Amino acid sequence: MSVNVSELAARLSKAVADRTAITKLTDEFPELDIPTGYRVQRELRSAAGEIAGWKLGVTSRAKQAQVGVDSPIYGFLPAAGAVDLGEPLDTSALIQPRCEPEIVFTLGRDLKGPHVTAADVVAASSGVAVGIEVLDSRFMDYGFTMADVVADNTSASRFVVGVPVTTSGVDLRLVGVLLEKNGEVVATASGAASLGHPAAAVAWLVRQLAAEDEGLAAGQIVLSGGLTAAVPVRPGDVVTATIDRLGSVELGCR
Amino acid sequence: MTDTTAKAHALYEARRTRTAIPPFTDAEPGLGMDDGYAVQQELVQLLLADGDRVVGHKVGLTAAPMQKALGIDTPDYGPVLASTAYRDGDAVPLDAFVAPKVEAEIVFVLGDRLEGPGVTVTQARAAIAGAVAGMEIIDSRIADWRIKLADTVADLASNGAMATSSRIVPLDDGPNGWDPRLVGMVLTRNGELVDTGAGAAALGDPVAVVAWLANTLGEHGVALEPGHLILTGALHAALPMNPGDVFRAEFDRLGPVTVRIA
Repeated sequence: MSVNVSELAARLSKAVADRTAITKLTDEFPELDIPTGYRVQRELRSAAGEIAGWKLGVTSRAKQAQVGVDSPIYGFLPAAGAVDLGEPLDTSALIQPRCEPEIVFTLGRDLKGPHVTAADVVAASSGVAVGIEVLDSRFMDYGFTMADVVADNTSASRFVVGVPVTTSGVDLRLVGVLLEKNGEVVATASGAASLGHPAAAVAWLVRQLAAEDEGLAAGQIVLSGGLTAAVPVRPGDVVTATIDRLGSVELGCR
Repeated sequence: MTDTTAKAHALYEARRTRTAIPPFTDAEPGLGMDDGYAVQQELVQLLLADGDRVVGHKVGLTAAPMQKALGIDTPDYGPVLASTAYRDGDAVPLDAFVAPKVEAEIVFVLGDRLEGPGVTVTQARAAIAGAVAGMEIIDSRIADWRIKLADTVADLASNGAMATSSRIVPLDDGPNGWDPRLVGMVLTRNGELVDTGAGAAALGDPVAVVAWLANTLGEHGVALEPGHLILTGALHAALPMNPGDVFRAEFDRLGPVTVRIA
C-alpha cells in the first residue's frame, strides 16, 4: 500500500486546527520514509501562504547520534508564525510548545546552488540575529521517527527574531548562548552547537534545496538550528535567549 | 590520631598510591560539609609539608544539575596545588590519576587581595586582573566517584590537575569589554566537537563564583591573594579520557587551551 501524501498532510493540518496531538504517522504507515516525509511537508508548504524562510532541525551531532541519523533536517517558516518583539506567545493556540535559542540569518541576496559553503552563506547574509523558535509537535509527547517529524514540518510553529547585526567580525562558532526561563539559567551553549558552525548548517540547507531546484531568496530568514535542548513553556512563563554580540530576545507566554 | 586526621592520612595515601578508598560516608552517613572541610584542611597541611604550594582554588558543584544530583544548594571549593599545574599543550600522564575526567572552565587571575565576608560581585569583578582559558582534570580518590558532599570536599573537591593558557585577558569595560557569562566555549576531543557551553553555566556568572569563594573562605579568616587562580566551574558535563586523547577547549575572547593525555 502506498502512502497518500495529501491525506497525511490533511491529518497534520487538522491537528494544528484542532490543537490536538495525533499518534505518529509511521504507526499506521511504517513505509513512510524521509523522502516521502518531505513530500508531505511540501504539500503543507503549498497551502501555507507567504513563507518567511526556513529552519534547520537535528543539527546537534549528539542528537543525531541519539536518533541514529548523520544529517540535519529542514522545514519552512510560514510568515504567519512570526511573533513580533514584545508580543506575547498565545499558548492556547498551540498543543505542547517548547522554546529553543537560535542564531537567525537574514539573506541580503538570493542564494542557490549545490556547492554552497558556510563562507558563501555569511557573504550572502545581510545580518544575523538572536531568535527563539517555538516548536509544537503535532505528535503526542514529541514521539516520532525522523520521517514523521519531517512530514510535520520539523515541529515548526512560531518564532521571534531580534534586530539583526552585521556578520563582520563575529565568530558565530564561539559566541556564547544563554537560555533562561523565568529568570533562571536553564542551558548554555556556543554557536558551534549547530553542526560545528551555524553558517555550515545553512549551507547544508541550501545544498538540499538545490536538489529540488530551489534556493533562499533575498529577505528570507533561516533559523540555523536549536543551540540547546528545547524547554517546555506554559502560560505565565518568560523565556529569554541571549547570544553574545547579538543581544537578547524575550518571549512572554500567556 | 583523631578521626579527622585518620581520614586525611587515608586520602594522602590514596593520592600517593593512586588507589581509591571507599567513601567515608559509607561508614558514617552523618558526615557533613564541615567534616569534609576539616579533613581537607589537614590533608592540605600534609601536602604542603611535602613542599607543595597553593596557587589558587577551584570551585566545584557550580552547575544546577550537579547540585541536584548531590542534593545540595551550594558549591564547594578546594585548593589548587602548584605540583598539579600544567601549561597549554602539555602532555598529562593518565597514570597520575585514579579516575580522571576533563572539564573546560574559565579561570580568573586575581589582581587584588579579596577577603570576605561581604564581598559583592562588583567588588569581585574589580579585583580580577583577567581571565585565561582553563581545563581542569577532576579526579576522585573515592571509589567509582561514589561521592557524597563530605567525601568530595575532603578529597580536595575532586581536583586532580589544571592546564591554563598563558595570555591573561583583562575584564575591561571599554570597547573591548566583555561579559564572562556570555563567553562561549567549544570543546573538541581528537578534533571532533563533543560539547559547547557558555560562562553562565557556572553559578549563573563566573564572577559570582569568585565572590562566593571570597565570602566562604572569609568565614575561616582566609583571603584570596593577588596572583591566585580561581577555577570557576565546568561549562559542560565532565568527559572521561583515554591515553592519546587530545582535548582542546576554545573560548571566545580567551583563545584555546589544549591538553594531551599520555
